[in-house]
Amino acid sequence: MSPFSFFKSKQEQGALGNHGNADRGIMVFENTSEVIQAENVLKKEGWEIRVMGPPPEIQSGCDLVVEFPLIEELNIFRTLEKEGLPPLEMVPVTSPLLQPVDLFQIKDFGEHIMVRAANMKLTVEKATGNIVNVSGGGCPDVPYLAYEMVGQTLTNAPSPREIGHTLCGYALQLAYEEIQRQCSP
Amino acid sequence: MLAIVGTVPSEGFPIISGKITLDDGHIRIDDERVSVNRGTTALMAAATKTAETLGRPAPFGYLVGDIGRGKGSRHLYKYLTEQLPHANFQTLTFHYLQPILNWHEHLQQAIDEMKERPTLIADAGFMYAAKMSGKASQYDLFTPDIGELAFLADEKAPHPFYTRGFMLHDENRVPDLISRAYAHNNAARFLLVKGRQDYLANREGILETVDNPVEEALEAMGGTGDTLTGLVSALIDSGMAIEEAAVVAMKTNRLAGHYAKPTPATQVAEIIHHIPKALAEILEKR
Repeated sequence: MSPFSFFKSKQEQGALGNHGNADRGIMVFENTSEVIQAENVLKKEGWEIRVMGPPPEIQSGCDLVVEFPLIEELNIFRTLEKEGLPPLEMVPVTSPLLQPVDLFQIKDFGEHIMVRAANMKLTVEKATGNIVNVSGGGCPDVPYLAYEMVGQTLTNAPSPREIGHTLCGYALQLAYEEIQRQCSP
Repeated sequence: MLAIVGTVPSEGFPIISGKITLDDGHIRIDDERVSVNRGTTALMAAATKTAETLGRPAPFGYLVGDIGRGKGSRHLYKYLTEQLPHANFQTLTFHYLQPILNWHEHLQQAIDEMKERPTLIADAGFMYAAKMSGKASQYDLFTPDIGELAFLADEKAPHPFYTRGFMLHDENRVPDLISRAYAHNNAARFLLVKGRQDYLANREGILETVDNPVEEALEAMGGTGDTLTGLVSALIDSGMAIEEAAVVAMKTNRLAGHYAKPTPATQVAEIIHHIPKALAEILEKR
């Protein structure tokens, strides 16, 4: 289940007005027991997190949320999923109603196809499914993901969801899923 | 002197610092030899080639290993807050670092303690932190691509992953996005926007565009933005005004790309190889 699928549509409020917490996110869980378990798991792993009350825009889950470093969302989600504790929502503190990118740009180079999701681009050779380039992005897992994925086929390459750690990794995962759709018969 | 700060995709790689030299497709700092492929090492290699061509001293590099967990970035942030107040750099370029606000704040304080404030250039993750901090205007140059420009223009987005759909990513909207980034104080003094057409802009509007030669395949190549940032950093450090350095860098990067005869599968080391020839040609035409 996507952690982004429980957003309520409501008029957006606020911008990056309080810059001090602009790099923080909020995780929403089904009930307080899950919040406590997630807190224990993440603190044990050394994450800088805290339990707090939810902002008014959040209309699902229980009356406690976990604040976390937003950039490292992919790694934290994977950690909790392994423990059977996937959050209902993961959203930015400053704008809890923002949605992850859902627009793709597709460019056909003839023998190659490129998909862009947000700031990440993935390019594949059509005939072989070989990943020939990863570009864009700014988080330190991007060069790592490029190193692990370029030269592999779409079917053999590790997915960004498995080995990425950041929101750039998440954007690359979306591009990876879209290019698989584009390349499927 | 120019200093470049960033990461390599290797967990456990220690903090290294020192003059950057080039060594057969690798950069060398201290005793460490790292391959040039994409990311900060590509930026460092491009800046070093540019400095060599200009007859300038080699840039200084700070590198640490980080694969996205942020541990290496945190160590390097801490190290820099201790080192920078005593350093003497005219130009400082920040690149692939985990965007962490409180460390960005500490680093700003360390830069404030430097004897002379350097020209500050930010790209990649550090540019994201600079925008999130609300202190983008304290920087002299950001070098976003179109996707990152949309993020700078979206006053609500804390990361490009959350850029709202109506911003994304029509190259025809670049002038609007630039205006919007400045209107919300989310841009540096100058913006160098990398794309099918490159733009140099400031708060007053678009100052220059460069669109020739066109190599469609460059958009797919990882590292072409890194080489552009390396070029412009070294040119600025040579004493060129930012406006002029940006135009020379845009033209040189495109020409070096053209000489590489790229396909979407070409790797960025090919472009770096052609920088001296392309730069000499552009400088001669000035």
